[in-house]
Amino acid sequence: MRLHTFKIGGVHPEENKITAEIETRNAALPKVAIFPLGQHIGAPAKPVVKRGDVVKVGTLIAEAGGFVSAPIYSSVSGTVAKIDTSIDATGYRKPVIIINVEGDEWEDGIDRSEKIESIAEHPELTPENISDTIKKSGITGMGGAGFPTFIKLCPPPTAKAECVIINGVECEPYITSDYRLMMEHAEEVIVGLQLLMKATKVERGYIGIEENKPEAIKLLTQLTADDSRIEIVELAQKYPQGGEKQLVDAVMNRQVPAPPAIPVNVGAIVQNVGTAYAVYQAVMKHKPLFERYTTVTGKQVKNPGNYLVRMGTTFAELIRACGGMPEGDNKVLAGGPMMGKSVMSLDVPVTKGTNSITILSGDDAHRKAMQPCIRCGKCVEVCPMGLEPYLLATLSANKLYERMENEGATSCMSCGSCQFTCPSHRPILDNILQGKGVVMGMIKARNVKK
Amino acid sequence: MGKLIVSLSPHAHGTDSVEKNMFGVVIALIPAILVSFFYFGLGSVVVLLSSVAFCMFFEWAITKYMLKREPTLTDGSAIVTGLLLGMNLPSNLPVWIVIIGALVAIGVAKMTFGGLGNNPFNPALVGRCILLVSFPAQMTSWPMAGQLTSYLDARTGATPLAIMKQAIKSGDASILDKLPPATQLLLGSNPTLGLGTIGEVCALALLLGLGYLLWKKIITWHIPLSIIATVFVFSGLLHFVNPVYANPLSEILSGGLMLGAIFMATDYVTSPMTHKGQLIYGIAIGFLTVVIRNWGSYPEGMSFAILIMNAFTPIINLSTKPKRFGEVVKKLINKGN
Repeated sequence: MRLHTFKIGGVHPEENKITAEIETRNAALPKVAIFPLGQHIGAPAKPVVKRGDVVKVGTLIAEAGGFVSAPIYSSVSGTVAKIDTSIDATGYRKPVIIINVEGDEWEDGIDRSEKIESIAEHPELTPENISDTIKKSGITGMGGAGFPTFIKLCPPPTAKAECVIINGVECEPYITSDYRLMMEHAEEVIVGLQLLMKATKVERGYIGIEENKPEAIKLLTQLTADDSRIEIVELAQKYPQGGEKQLVDAVMNRQVPAPPAIPVNVGAIVQNVGTAYAVYQAVMKHKPLFERYTTVTGKQVKNPGNYLVRMGTTFAELIRACGGMPEGDNKVLAGGPMMGKSVMSLDVPVTKGTNSITILSGDDAHRKAMQPCIRCGKCVEVCPMGLEPYLLATLSANKLYERMENEGATSCMSCGSCQFTCPSHRPILDNILQGKGVVMGMIKARNVKK
Repeated sequence: MGKLIVSLSPHAHGTDSVEKNMFGVVIALIPAILVSFFYFGLGSVVVLLSSVAFCMFFEWAITKYMLKREPTLTDGSAIVTGLLLGMNLPSNLPVWIVIIGALVAIGVAKMTFGGLGNNPFNPALVGRCILLVSFPAQMTSWPMAGQLTSYLDARTGATPLAIMKQAIKSGDASILDKLPPATQLLLGSNPTLGLGTIGEVCALALLLGLGYLLWKKIITWHIPLSIIATVFVFSGLLHFVNPVYANPLSEILSGGLMLGAIFMATDYVTSPMTHKGQLIYGIAIGFLTVVIRNWGSYPEGMSFAILIMNAFTPIINLSTKPKRFGEVVKKLINKGN
């Protein structure tokens, strides 16, 4: 049987999943925890604590700053040291709340027992109160982009949700946090999916997993045997299958149109495995989002591993716990090597979207020397959005932004397949992103005028 | 501790490189080169070596002394141009003419436009065609097989393409009986005829090269297959209507068709970027080749057909877009509204 996958383009980067079989450990409590107020897409959160306030694990420290926004909860107990600015993974100084950690005292309402709650035991749950809990618990997409989850659950009136797809693809090289989560908390992930299905009133659920994780496919298939509404979909291995549109294409054979269309326009609501787990914890255990699974990895890292990390812990502390920085030049990524952001400082904290800290060392840390474009067309062949990366990059370099818009620049999702595959090692995506930024600005300005 | 490196994503890179593609083409040419040594001996060695050597020399000299840049011989593109130019020349061509060809190919067709990646026309073919119009006598005398030690003094004969042309001109289909059988054309072993250029002798060796290029994903099937299929179908139709035109199998196995379809038309720089564009380009080359072969003044039309279509490549690129993700659905939704 031919496995499902998306239809256009794609590449096969080296997997390097060195931490796949390492069981998750609890990361040590940080001494100081840093909480950026803008760790999701949308308006930054607004602080509700001030300097000197005492907080516990699970205390609300910042509330949603608008409709598209999410509240932030403390992951530690201690005293608010200051509300300041600090560099985050994007490299910009952003407002943060800094908390000095003292002890480990949790808010009373949080259920810390190991017992797995099933949806049948909780008849009091309604779609409305599930969505509401998700909103209040500060859950945002845990795969990296960080879109507030509750907004995805209430589709625009023109669209109708038909199914929930859980993204267990993890097509980025190196990262194994979602895989470990599926292996260690499969039951909770499935209940999370059932809750999401209930919240969106759909009767169909899928979990998409790539063929390189046979154990996870086996386990989840066994555990969902008694729920005929849920199907585990084994997918052929190909990057960027974890992209929302690619996953919908692979699982449902439906192609989401160009922006502003979103997956729900073809009936799909896509959520990450980590998000499903967070939903379970929020709804069943009354635990807001303040910790997450994060992989700390790299070919030359002494003790790579998977960690349950309190958000706000700095990269430096996690890297120290894994044996410190390797010798020589290094590139430290928030995320994986295809789409991760390279950080400018190790003092950036783990946030809701930090699925991995990947350290590339030596030659891997450097780009290769650029050569002239030989017009081989390989970037066109691999682009999963059916764009012409070489053309967009050239148009951007020549500041021809109107033409860039006509050539579909806004569809680019920065997967990097073009630059990955380019035999001349050209900075194709750098150019496209620069131009796409200008194009998005143009579109925004036009909409304001209207 | 070393530096902390910061850059935009992606941070991983595939193993592909310009060198891999260029030397991949060289490897794919090996069977054809070996066959040419077997049939032409000394002449083939002299012409190929001088072509490669002078292409590299001109590229080095021009980059270093005229453009004042770091020479980039290691990318392998000059070697490929040199080899392909040599493959497109007869084996009894004097070295001084080969040097002019190399100067035209590298100096005029490639470096004037800015070097690798910027030339609108295939450099090796520009070199060959300038030589063809400048030295028509030397460029159209074809040595016969089995003269391993002769070079300029090799005995020459008419090629299968010349026979085909003669048949059309005289309107006498029986002339075509002189054509060697298809198996001989495939292997290149006809004892009584001129063999053509160094590279085009043996279709089988070139097809082996095609297999290698496809296996290593250096090229896709679109261009070679569309050219060969178009020539086969179009000349087949002509043959069916009027047997004075040669049978399609002989057409695709003789002359520079295989060499052109597999190695010349697939040149990255001068061919379209999208598969759709590549098919249009290939079909047009096949069509033009048959037209020139049958009704033009030259017996072989492959080189001209490719150069003509090189000129159309930019406009093909502008007008053939790949299928954008979600395009089909969008149309359906619009219809629904």
